Amino acid sequence: MFTFTMRRLLLAIPTLLFIALVIFLLLELSPGDPMADMPLTIPPEVRQQMRLALGLGEAWYVRFYSWLYLFSVVEPSHVMANMTGLEWLRVEGPRIISFQTRSPVADIVAQRLPQTLWVVGLSYIFGILLAVPIGIYSAYRQYSWFDQAGTFVSMVGFSLPTFFTGPLLMLIFSIWLGWFPIIYDTTLVVDSFYDFGLQLRQMAMPVFVLTLYNAAQITRFMRASMLDNMTQDYVRTARAKGMTEKVVVLVHVLRNSLIPVVTVIALGIPTVFTGAIITEQVFRVNGLGALLITAIYASDIPMVLTLSVVFAILIVLFNLIADILYAVLDPRIRYD
Amino acid sequence: MPDGATPVLDVKNLKTVFATRSGEVHAVNSVSFHLRPGELLGVVGESGSGKSVTMMSLLGLLPSPPADVREGSVMLGDRDILQMGAEDLRAVRGREVGFVFQDPMTSLNPVFTVGFQIMEPLRAHMGMTKAQARDRAVDLLELVGIPDARRRLDDYPHQFSGGMRQRVMIAIALACDPKVLIADEPTTALDVTIQAQILELVKELRKKLGMAIIWITHDLGVIAGIADRVMVMYGGQVVEQGPVREVFADPAHPYTRALLRTMPKLHGEREPKLRVIEGQPPILGRHPTACPFSARCAHSHDRCTRENPQRRDIGQGHDVACFWDHRGATA
Repeated sequence: MFTFTMRRLLLAIPTLLFIALVIFLLLELSPGDPMADMPLTIPPEVRQQMRLALGLGEAWYVRFYSWLYLFSVVEPSHVMANMTGLEWLRVEGPRIISFQTRSPVADIVAQRLPQTLWVVGLSYIFGILLAVPIGIYSAYRQYSWFDQAGTFVSMVGFSLPTFFTGPLLMLIFSIWLGWFPIIYDTTLVVDSFYDFGLQLRQMAMPVFVLTLYNAAQITRFMRASMLDNMTQDYVRTARAKGMTEKVVVLVHVLRNSLIPVVTVIALGIPTVFTGAIITEQVFRVNGLGALLITAIYASDIPMVLTLSVVFAILIVLFNLIADILYAVLDPRIRYD
Repeated sequence: MPDGATPVLDVKNLKTVFATRSGEVHAVNSVSFHLRPGELLGVVGESGSGKSVTMMSLLGLLPSPPADVREGSVMLGDRDILQMGAEDLRAVRGREVGFVFQDPMTSLNPVFTVGFQIMEPLRAHMGMTKAQARDRAVDLLELVGIPDARRRLDDYPHQFSGGMRQRVMIAIALACDPKVLIADEPTTALDVTIQAQILELVKELRKKLGMAIIWITHDLGVIAGIADRVMVMYGGQVVEQGPVREVFADPAHPYTRALLRTMPKLHGEREPKLRVIEGQPPILGRHPTACPFSARCAHSHDRCTRENPQRRDIGQGHDVACFWDHRGATA
């Protein structure tokens, strides 16, 4: 297992380099000008100077190389130094600067990450906590009213896009009932019970919308996987041994059914970080998804490139984690 | 009972019906039989004759719906299994009646160690501690002939061969010293040499432990080798039952005769072709009002298509469900 993990990690390096290059070249080819937002009164010579100051005068491979160096050495050192407080970790020198805000990309990401993790991460956890028991019970009592209702709700939750359910909830709960605020206030600092209440209220709707969506997806997986295993011969063996229904379902069947479900859950974790782009837009949650969208609109190439590559790393990493979990859960799978 | 001893298992008029889209299927139709202590009862019949369904009905192992064990009684000692609540039923399963299934490749849970699966019934029924159950599991694996038993407890089923897995299944079934062992075609999925080994093992275990065994099979040769008594099933009914020697020497039902004729002979006159029983087994759709074998039977007459024959005693614990008098015909 260890050699397998090491081999996969080493293989990930060329993969990620290639992904970074492709994203970089795609951004090179894309139309758009980071100077487009500047006032038209700026003379062309000055405009040219500003362009050079952003580093846009260099050949593409020079720019790719310097980005790569900053991304893999300088920025991680700052992140580590900020997290641990150990100043000697910091590598001095230029940073990856966002064209839009003129501040280091890593600092902006660090500001935005908590919002995304709170809203999207929480709804992912809620989704799993809801989906697993519902899926198990639905499968155990297949075609019961509980299963019918659960299947219907998960089908609805799965088919309705969040840009529909989001505004619908806003209409009902913010406009008609006035229970929750429409706009998520990122500047809210929670230092009292009252503020905590406000935070809960503003999180309620986006978390609910995303929880519904995540739970719907995972419930369907869980139920299907349980049903697959429920009719296996070893289940009959467990019953013939005189095991209680609880042991039969929650030990014998569940352990087998969790194998594909855990893999799906692990593969879905990167989407927690990429932020629910649409939902964040709908509720004005100032998270990573919203950051990526505004960066794309503004041709903020360093920001888009850095975020995209970070997401790529997360996806490659969680693919590996899913593979490892698979081997941990299923004794028949050995990679070495 | 013909000869004294109270049976450990006495099944009367067992009737199991499956609800399907095209109506009810009468898979087990008024089946009665008994099993004496220490006896080995062979059950034969072709696929779909109701052998497995009968045995699973005994312990309520059929998924319901679609299955419905509608009538009858299954007396285990002086208690009726069919009337038991869930908890009492669980106490019988694995404790008093052990079950070995057909396909050892799928009958063990792939994600748990063999040791865990053997220890489960020990801990549930016998109240053993983990350490006690582990020691007992080692003994059981040694009993069924698995070398290096203590180390192999921590292996997973996929690390065992088919024959070894069936040995493990037998170890699980025997874990709590059951009075009755039901083996549902335990060797069908194994190749012939392994089959012979498993048969030897069961013979030996029976001598050592003395439990009563019900052995379901397609293979008449196996029955001749190990069984005391044989029960022939056809179309969800028992068509003939008796001591092995009686039934093989003097088969009374045309189906039994046909079955015996289909066995290829190793010695004597060589036949140009394998013999077969012409026709198809019946579809058990309606409540049977005719002999299920009448369509394929050489001795069938009017009465056979109007009336379902009842089992009648023909002496020496031998009975048959047929109107035709085989002695009259052969004499």
